[in-house]
Order: sequence, then structure tokens, then C-alpha cells
Amino acid sequence: MELLRIATAGSVDDGKSTLIGRLLYDSQSVYDDDLAAIERASSLRGDDYVDLALLSDGLRAEREQGITIDVAHRYFATPRRKFIVADTPGHVQHPRNMVTGCSTADLVLILVDARHGITEQTRRHASIASLLGIGHMVICVNKMDLVDYEERRYDEIRAEFEGFASLLEIADVTFIPVSALHGDNVVERSVEMPWYEGASLLHHLEEVHVAGDRDLEDLRLPVQWVVRPRSAEWNDFRGYAGTLAGGILAPGDEVTVLPGGETTRVVAIESADGPIKEAFPPMSVIVRLADDLDVARGDRICGSGTNPTVAQEISAMVCWMDQSPLRAGARLYLKHTSRWTRGIVDRVEYRLDVNSLGRVRGVAGLDLNDIGLVDLRVAAPLFFDDYRRNRATGSLILVDEATSRTVGAGMIAGTAA
Amino acid sequence: MLAFRDRRVAQLGVRLIVASVQESIDHGEIAEDPTPGASRNRLQTHSLLRTIAANRFDAVLGGGRRDEEKARAKERVFSVRDEFGQWDPRAQRPELWNLYNTRRHPGEHFRVFPLSNWTELDVWQYVGREHLELPSIYFAHEREVFRRDGMLLAVGPYSGPRENASGKRPFVATVRYRTVGDMTCTAAVESGAATVEEVIAETAVTRISERGATRADDRFSVAAMEDRKREGYF
Repeated sequence: MELLRIATAGSVDDGKSTLIGRLLYDSQSVYDDDLAAIERASSLRGDDYVDLALLSDGLRAEREQGITIDVAHRYFATPRRKFIVADTPGHVQHPRNMVTGCSTADLVLILVDARHGITEQTRRHASIASLLGIGHMVICVNKMDLVDYEERRYDEIRAEFEGFASLLEIADVTFIPVSALHGDNVVERSVEMPWYEGASLLHHLEEVHVAGDRDLEDLRLPVQWVVRPRSAEWNDFRGYAGTLAGGILAPGDEVTVLPGGETTRVVAIESADGPIKEAFPPMSVIVRLADDLDVARGDRICGSGTNPTVAQEISAMVCWMDQSPLRAGARLYLKHTSRWTRGIVDRVEYRLDVNSLGRVRGVAGLDLNDIGLVDLRVAAPLFFDDYRRNRATGSLILVDEATSRTVGAGMIAGTAA
Repeated sequence: MLAFRDRRVAQLGVRLIVASVQESIDHGEIAEDPTPGASRNRLQTHSLLRTIAANRFDAVLGGGRRDEEKARAKERVFSVRDEFGQWDPRAQRPELWNLYNTRRHPGEHFRVFPLSNWTELDVWQYVGREHLELPSIYFAHEREVFRRDGMLLAVGPYSGPRENASGKRPFVATVRYRTVGDMTCTAAVESGAATVEEVIAETAVTRISERGATRADDRFSVAAMEDRKREGYF
């Protein structure tokens, strides 16, 4: 069954928990004992409502302080699709969690309170989702019951957001007027808003077309493992295992292997169920090539004539995730596809103001939760695509040499100027 | 269960390393809780950590899922344990895209949870699709059980109803296990599901969570699992 990964952001005040709770309830994905447990926990805390955030806020510190520290994952399914919701806390205004949640999402769900309209937080969340290359955005204009289900209010909010969205790079923005509390347009179409002709939220989530979001043009197979069994039965077998990051692969295709640059042909594609005639992202396969080439983990099999950029000086939009700030001259480990290398930060070109998308130049570096464009010099050439074109071959993580902590998330924009 | 394990080991020709709680007790490394009916569940941590250290494992794979339990919901796919095997949920590395940070310091190890984003139903659907063989304990069978705190626990060498307790008389029921663990704290559920298809149908409509129905060890407090995981429990 097809899987849709959703990122959500916002605070309790937006009614986000209520909305997700409703999706979970109505798809019967909350167990009775879990519900009973959070009802108990809510009443012990003296809340006058059942706080659905407690379903996933399982850490002692989260329960005691009533906050979500981390990305929370929730799972539900309908007969049509499976859904994974990465829910990120909104009141702690931390892009770090939002960036993490968005990195694997197909769709981002943003809630807007119909009474308050578009806020700074709405713009921030939309900007981050756009930076992370999410192709689909749903703006749920919530609490429509509190504005008398007025079409005019919905139109105002929609127009205001569309003005801002023109600055973003999100292809598909869908607006849905809802009342999470009363269930209007969540699972069923609302009778209160006959003027709204679109689908309910759940229906939209079931139907939204995401299969075309991956790059099926340029073949990209980062080699994860060289399979050489060296057994009597498989004496001559030599295959290259990996998860397809782009393109469509078929036996007979001419391919180029980087960094060597040799050209050869695909002889066969093996899968767990035997040889297959065609593979596409995100399938995991083993490829056998016509010639015996020197191919190792971290190398890349590409379609001939569609080579990625090869460079040692790259420019990347980085979200900094560590307490100690990023400064020019910092040395870091860098992981890109199945390859580790070392890098040095040459300079921080600008910091991005995620509320206005303005560029703040002349900054000393990036602090925790800052996002900015950074020039990196790496020890070995990277073969990459623009993150906008391919999220798998355009993304990287930065790791501190001393602490081994993941300190940054990078989206490659191109070669450094 | 153990016979199934040994048969699979022989089929695959792999080396089996067993960390035994009983051995740790026999060697005087840990002491059993003298309370009648006490669980050995918590004692597993010692044997596990000792075996990881002795074998210098870089990474240990587990089948834990985020949908199982509140503390597990915050677990990473590649989760770092320090020299003492401890989990620090507030100092976890963010996990972006599918770029896992596999760097660690000497003495640290990883707990790796490849099934993090699977649900109980996903697991059963996969078992069905791939025609996987499973131990019979996961399917409906008759077993002598007794009721404690609303759960059905098996009668065995390490567990049984406390003496003279009213209403605790053992009885035979048709049950299966949704999760397999220490018999002193892992309960069976009443079920007639004898095939994979029947288990899938049952799992799809169940109203009680896997651990809620079956695990006494999670009931000590709302943070029981978090506390055990901090100490190094799987």
C-alpha cells in the first residue's frame, strides 16, 4: 500500500492536536487503553480537556513540563493509504525539529487559526517546508466555527497566504477550511460550508499524487555495498547494492561510474525476489555490470550523459542544530549519500530570515536554529545534484569531529562561487 | 520458541551468542528480587550490556517500534548508548533524510531499530506477504494461565498465581502471544487466530495496544520503559 509521509507544525492553540487526534480516532488508530491512559494523565494534571499530545509525549520531562521536546511520530492507515505523521512542536520555536520532520515528508500540513489569520509562525513553517523541498502543502484554515463558517474570512486568509507563497517554491498548495473540534471537512465534507467545493482533508491526503515527486529522469545509484559472496556457488558474482535515488534502471542501460568515469552496461538487476526488468526510486537493488570496474561503497552509478555535478567546493543551505555556533574555518565530518568525507567551512554567505525570506549578510556565523548559505570545501569531490532536483543526492549532514553529534543539515545549492 | 530459534540458527549456519540472565545470577553478578512473583525483566539489562561489551559490538539490532510504547516513540533509528549503556533521550542526534550518523566514540555502541516506523499490523502483513515461518506461540493454542491485573499470564516454572489469592486459580484458555518476552511479565491474549490471515484480521480491529494488553513491566509507572531504557534495556 502506498505510504504518505506528512510533517505538521504548529502549537496546541492552533488546534493541531485536535486535528491529528480526529484523524487518528476516525481511522480507529488510537487504542482504548492508550486513550484511557491519557485521559487519566490529563485529569491528574488538572486539564479540562484530553490532551492528545500525551499520546506521543512519552518522556518524563515532556509530561512534567507539558511540552514536546522532540519530533513525535504517529501512524494511521485507511483502506487507501498508510500515513506517518511527523509532528513537531510549535511553541518552542525551533526550526531544528521542523527541518528534521520535513526532511522525510511528502506533504506538510500547516494550521491557521481563522480568527488570527496568517502569522509569523505560518510564514516560518511555510518557508522551512519550501527550503526542505516539500512538494505539497495543505493550509488548514481551522476554527471556522468561530468565524461563523464565513467564506469571506477564508478568502481573505487564502489571498494573504497566496501573496507570500509566490516567494516560495512549493508547486502544490491546497487550502481547506475546517473545524477540527466539530469535524467539519476533516473526514467528511462539511454541511456548514456549502460554498467550499474541495475535498475533505482526509480525502485529499488519500488522493494527493506524490509518485511523480521523485526524479525519474537522471539515473542515480549511490553504491552502498559491494556484493561478492566468494562462495563456490556464487564464485563469479559481483554486484553493487544500493537504494535508487533517481531515474529508471533497466538491463542494457549504458551507465557511468563515478568518480572513475568509466562507462559500461547494466547486465542484470537483482532483487530479494530474483532478477527484475526495471527498477525505480526508492527500490533497493543489486546491479551487475558488464565490465569488471573498481567500484566501492560511496561511488555512484549514473546514467551516461546525465552526470551530476562533481566539485570540491560547494554551496549549501545549512540549518545549524548545535549549541556551539558554526564559524568560518570549522572542520566537520560530512555525510553525503553513502559516503563520508571531511569538510572545512570557508564562509557563511548569509543568514536567512525565515519569516521574510530576507538575506542577512555580514554575519559571524550560524547559531543554533539559524539557517543560512554556507560555502564548504571538502576533502574528496562530491557528486551531487541541486537539492531542488533530487533530495537524496542533494542533501548532506554535518557531524562534529570531537563530539560526533549531528550538528547541521545541508541542502546543496551548487558549486561555491 | 527456543527450539524454533535453534532450528533457524542451524538452517542459516550462523553463530549464536546467548546472553543469559540465569548465568549472571549463577555467577553472583546480579541478585534476583526475592518478592514472590517478581519479574526478571529488569535483570536482562545487566546480561545484555555485559555481552555487548565482551563481544565489542559496534551495533546491536533490535525490533523495537515507535508505535509500541511512549518512550520508544522518541527512539532514533541509530541510537547511541554511552559506555555504561545508558540512553539519554534529551541528547539524541537529529535524524535527517536517510542519512544516519554512524560515528561513535570508543566504548559507545549503537542500538539500531530498522523497524522504527512499522506498526504491529505492518509486521503481520509483511509476515503474510513473505510467507515467513514463525514460532507457534504467536498463534492460538491452549495454555494453562492465571489472571493478574486483568492480564493472562502463563503458569510455568518462574510464574504462577500467588498462593491463597482468591480468584487466581489457573485455568486453560485459548490464547496467543502478541509479543514474546520474560514469562513473568509478558501476558497472552485470548484469541482464536490460528493463521497469519486470522492474526492480520484480528490485529486490524483490536482496540487494545500490544504492550497495554500484554506487558506488566510497563505498568510500574507511566515512565517505566523510559527508566529501563535509560539504564540500557533494549
